[in-house]
Amino acid sequence: MSGIVPDPIARQPWRMLFPLFVLIGFGALVLFSAAGGSWDPYASSHVIRFLVFLPMAFVISMFSRELAQFFAFPVYIVIIVMLMAVEAIGFVGGGSQRWLDLGFMQLQPSELMKPGLVLVLARFYANLPIGLIPTWRSVVPAAALIGAPVALVLLQPDLGTSLALAFGGAVVMFVAGLPLRWFLAAGAAAAVLAPVAFFFGLQPYQQRRVFTFLDPESDPLGDGYHITQSKIAIGSGGLGGKGFNEGSQSHLNYLPEPQTDFIFSTMAEEWGFIGGLVVIGAFAMILGWGLKTARESQDRFGKLLATGMTATIFFYVAINLMMVMGLAPVVGIPLPFMSHGGSSMMTNMICIGSLMMVARWNRRAPRTGLIS
Amino acid sequence: MGLRNRNKRRDIVSQVTLDNAFDRRTFTIGTAMGGLGVLLAARMGYIAIAENEKYELESESNRVNLSLIPPRRGWLLDRNGAPLASNRADFRVDIIPERTPDPDRTVAVLTDILELDENQSADVLKRIEDSPGFQPVEVASGLKYDQFAAVSVRLPDLPGVVPQRGFSRFYPTGPSVGHLIGYVGPANAEEYEEQDRNPLLITPGYKIGKDALEQQFELDLRGVPGARRVEVTASGRIVRDLETREDVQGDPVRLTIDGPLQDYAARRIGLESGSCVVMDCETGDVLCMSSMPSFDPNSFSQGIGRVEYAMLRDDERVPLRNKVLKGLYPPGSTVKPMHCMAFLDAGVKPEETIICGGGRRIGNRFFNCWSNHGSVDMAKAIYQSCDSYFYHFAQQVGFDHVARWAHKMGLGEEFPLPVTSQFYGTVPDPAWKKKKFDQEWQPYDTVNSSIGQGYYLTSPLQLAVMSARLATGDRVMPRLRLTDEKPQFEHFDFSPEEIGYVRQAMSDTVNGPGTAGRARLPFDDILMAGKTGTAQVVSLSISNGKTGPWKYRDHGLFVFFAPFDKPKYAGAVVIEHGGGSGSAYPIARDVMTFMFDPAKGMEALRPLEEQWGGTAQERLNQKYRAYAAAAGEAVPPVPERDEDIFDQVEAEARVAARQPEAIAEEASPSRVDTRSAEEVSEDTNSARPTSPGSTTQATPADDPE
Repeated sequence: MSGIVPDPIARQPWRMLFPLFVLIGFGALVLFSAAGGSWDPYASSHVIRFLVFLPMAFVISMFSRELAQFFAFPVYIVIIVMLMAVEAIGFVGGGSQRWLDLGFMQLQPSELMKPGLVLVLARFYANLPIGLIPTWRSVVPAAALIGAPVALVLLQPDLGTSLALAFGGAVVMFVAGLPLRWFLAAGAAAAVLAPVAFFFGLQPYQQRRVFTFLDPESDPLGDGYHITQSKIAIGSGGLGGKGFNEGSQSHLNYLPEPQTDFIFSTMAEEWGFIGGLVVIGAFAMILGWGLKTARESQDRFGKLLATGMTATIFFYVAINLMMVMGLAPVVGIPLPFMSHGGSSMMTNMICIGSLMMVARWNRRAPRTGLIS
Repeated sequence: MGLRNRNKRRDIVSQVTLDNAFDRRTFTIGTAMGGLGVLLAARMGYIAIAENEKYELESESNRVNLSLIPPRRGWLLDRNGAPLASNRADFRVDIIPERTPDPDRTVAVLTDILELDENQSADVLKRIEDSPGFQPVEVASGLKYDQFAAVSVRLPDLPGVVPQRGFSRFYPTGPSVGHLIGYVGPANAEEYEEQDRNPLLITPGYKIGKDALEQQFELDLRGVPGARRVEVTASGRIVRDLETREDVQGDPVRLTIDGPLQDYAARRIGLESGSCVVMDCETGDVLCMSSMPSFDPNSFSQGIGRVEYAMLRDDERVPLRNKVLKGLYPPGSTVKPMHCMAFLDAGVKPEETIICGGGRRIGNRFFNCWSNHGSVDMAKAIYQSCDSYFYHFAQQVGFDHVARWAHKMGLGEEFPLPVTSQFYGTVPDPAWKKKKFDQEWQPYDTVNSSIGQGYYLTSPLQLAVMSARLATGDRVMPRLRLTDEKPQFEHFDFSPEEIGYVRQAMSDTVNGPGTAGRARLPFDDILMAGKTGTAQVVSLSISNGKTGPWKYRDHGLFVFFAPFDKPKYAGAVVIEHGGGSGSAYPIARDVMTFMFDPAKGMEALRPLEEQWGGTAQERLNQKYRAYAAAAGEAVPPVPERDEDIFDQVEAEARVAARQPEAIAEEASPSRVDTRSAEEVSEDTNSARPTSPGSTTQATPADDPE
């Protein structure tokens, strides 16, 4: 790169970091507006959390491949234990609980499990003899690794996070090279079982959300209210938005949760379609960089890890944006890097840190091209 | 095969195939991600740009709450510009039922604050129950500022309660103008649908005209609503005022009514049940059309209570019916001068005389007169009201001819007036009878009709118009809305001598040797002309028509105009069950006295009112208090819809209008014919000598005074 910029700075993955800063800064502006034109309580803590978790991501990126592989199973087991602890506390306390009170912060183990699961699956497939890939021995342990946390999270109950876990795990298995027909078969089975699961597995409030999603106008003041108001916010923004701090939907409380789940609607109302394209474009750059990192990785562990981390971030983004635009039912999933909330920021920054780690490994041993 | 295939495939798996698969599959994932990104961008573009207008509108309707300011209703003015209906500023409280989760508790709290009595709060609860929900229900109006403020302070605990400063309709003369003007009330669900769900109609405190002139002139009186735009949060808290547009008051409507005269006439009717119409002969202006007893439109406009409504409904004197337009009575002898005009037109000379021998033979039957008049010419026939004269000449010229003139004079006609309904009544003639009963016209039909009995039915308004046309010889058309132009009327083909002759004869009725000497005006220079009439209600075998049960007494009628030689005013007074014309013409006399000299008129009225126990308004209030005390809680609730209030009365009345013969039987059954149609036809066929006329001719048609 150019000689003016010091090497340690120049070699950072700016292709990802720049859109990330854009999202964080843009998020802070939107949170400023969502608080009625004030840094407190959302925007300031948003920036502070980012400033805490960014160094953490850099620390993660310093780990060596061996260290990462070594810690995969212990970390996974610790998080499983924490999930069980949450369940036990909830059971003793006589109510559902999702977090552990660590004194200085409330930790959601299910959030930690998202990158943790990707890590352990990458570790599992990286060390699995290649010959065993098309056999049951590549599936059953992985299924157990995915199934345990998914089951524990479902008990909480937290459908959104369990779906995110299952999605991350499935993507890792997919790119690990398991036979395609297994996925087709699993997809077919899921299609058959989905209605059964819907009627017997979901809570009534969850079923209602799905119905509402299919026909939001059926209940404009009840469950459909969120979707309807979100669409009004986005639609009324038009091309250029109503202007900074001018959003009536968010400022007059028509938009539910304008600082977390529906922050995209808050943004779109004030910044319009152009703001939306900036956000979607920034996510596209980050995720594109994540996939590129995965493809450039020379070893199986790095490839699977990077793909899984990218998929985890993607899941957040895709479900959140589909929800606010009325393409998916209302599930409590925030928008990475913009929504106000510590747990989601932590998870996503762990994913970013892991991706930076793989990118660093790639730099150390550049791809030769002919020899793989 | 499958097993071998799988073994084969397992052999192929290698680092290279895995890497290839990885590249392929990450490419697939990347494509899917990119595709979803494009889809999301497109979706957002669709919502934000293609559907922008729709969502911008929805966002605005979220943000901005538009509340209408009901326009002040236009005034109804009398011919001199005095208000017959005006507006009074007041404080009021409404409830919007669908925003009130617990109406019982809310009403209980309001009852406490507003010091309502049990009846009132029960009325409010009943109305909330019957309301379509979105429509405001009035709890109370005309509140003191303190009460208004007390409700306003407690609003957070009272969801759905709307206190506001507004205007309520005020009718200064109350019951005197009830039937004439009608009243106002909140629009009901049907009216709301009919008027394209005009949001004004469900604005709290807004009322539309519900009857009579208030309803007829609704669009003139309505005005343009003002609007207040405020920014509100999702929970309904007002953030700031955006803009306020003032309302535009409705246009005033100026009537031909003379307010004081209307009030005087209503009060002069006193305890009687009846009506009085006075018209200006030159312009057709209706100066007064009072119908009593009446209701207080102020009570109706504030939402009438159950008890008060029950009182009005149960009254046998039907205070809910406008008797001027919808009361139908046999005109009796009041039509005799008009029949004389018909005879003149047919070539009968005024000097032609007949001999009244206490009656007259028509065909092969003898029909009684009420007295033995000896030699009778046209003038004497009018002022002495000799029946024989009319039996004879009606038979001579044919009743077809007479009926044609009755129509020309306004009987059996409707007039182009802004009223909700008016009844035609009946002018019988051979064609009508053929159509109605499929029977031939008989000589006794001519006899009965010639003296305004039989099937004849007229409304007081028609009688007043007849009197005006008789007085002027012009086809005077009544009108209620005042305009500057002087209407031109067609003149009937009568010579001034002929008109003068009838005028003189009618003047003699009052001022000469006639039947209504007591009707003479207390002025030397102004002479009133008139004609009395009495309509029997039941057969003489039940009552003599003058005493006994109220509803069996004869109706009293009087038509008049004054001054007799240069008619300016004409009118009619009809008193139901007044016991004869003696109940009617003193009222006409006092009303005309008031017309020419208000002070003298009031002198006549004051002692009467003292004797009756106050003005019409005072008596109505006393009556209500007595009734409410007696009835207490055992009073049935008010009907749900406002129209129901009139449905009952109207139902009978409508039947009456369509089957005038039924009323004829009821109202005047015995004077000429007590038998059913079958009996009549039998009689006709067998030609029995017992004529209907001869069976019941002991009573005089008029009271000689």
